[in-house]
Amino acid sequence: MKLLALLAVCATGALLLYGTVDMPDWSDPHSPASIHVSPRYIEKAMEETAVPNMVTSVLADYRGYDTLGETVIIFTAAMACILLIRRPRK
Amino acid sequence: MIAHFEDVIIQTVCRILLPFIQLYGLYVIAHGHHSPGGGFQGGVILGASFILFCVAYDIKEAKRRMSEKLDTMFCSLGLIIYSGIGIICLVLGGNYLNYSRLHHILPVNPIDARSMGILGIEIGVGITVMAVMISLFLNLVSSGEHEEGLQ
Amino acid sequence: MIWQLDLILLVFVIVCAVASITVKDLLSSAIIFGAYSFFMCLLWAEMGSVDVAFTEASVGAGISTVFFIAAVFQTTRRTKD
Repeated sequence: MKLLALLAVCATGALLLYGTVDMPDWSDPHSPASIHVSPRYIEKAMEETAVPNMVTSVLADYRGYDTLGETVIIFTAAMACILLIRRPRK
Repeated sequence: MIAHFEDVIIQTVCRILLPFIQLYGLYVIAHGHHSPGGGFQGGVILGASFILFCVAYDIKEAKRRMSEKLDTMFCSLGLIIYSGIGIICLVLGGNYLNYSRLHHILPVNPIDARSMGILGIEIGVGITVMAVMISLFLNLVSSGEHEEGLQ
Repeated sequence: MIWQLDLILLVFVIVCAVASITVKDLLSSAIIFGAYSFFMCLLWAEMGSVDVAFTEASVGAGISTVFFIAAVFQTTRRTKD
């Protein structure tokens, strides 16, 4: 059983290593990730939102719904933790 | 569980260190525009400062400073600030979370109003994350009884 | 991006990752996992994504280590297998 697990891990690792061959180079300006919407954000973020930190402007303004969902997830985690294991002493 | 004892060195160092940690957390939240950071990271730092207080003193002392009711209210308050800013934008005639409509009620132009809206939601995220981290720690460390933890 | 620094950091990341799942003492495992998060933080900062590095440093190396230690003190320090 342990041998089988080792084989599965090695196969998955080899698959992942094979997948990295097709990845674009580090900071490649012609990779698909940086030719679609990234130039628009890089050029327009400062003049549209007046926020120098581009990450913040994308995170909180252009993708505001995502951050709202993230905050709701954290809130839900606290509520689930309170409901499951909070046990007030009588 | 470790026996409860009070160490004067640890408590003194924590008492001196805590205001600086909290000031740094507030700095990270407020300067999320200009430097790395933001609501999430600053909220985690603020929560960590309170967890340090819980570890150095005990949970009863920590709950005397910030009660459980206040903590749970802070959990919701951050989300209310976040979605409230979105609803204000909706009322002012824009889309949900379209901060540029905030220039009707703030004395700035529409572009700076988006910056102000981002600051507002980051404060909301920071409050929620701080309260959630404190609540998770208190529940995990005392198995939900809030009596004694890591001291 | 300096490849020598990258190589050193990646070696430390892999060593910490393997050590944190093979060590028997769960408290040591939690601390080594904090070290793993810290090396990942250095790796992010070295690749230029400072915001992610900040999040990793505060959440991964700070808060999650505290939560792991809290959970270990509620259960047991030794692994079964």
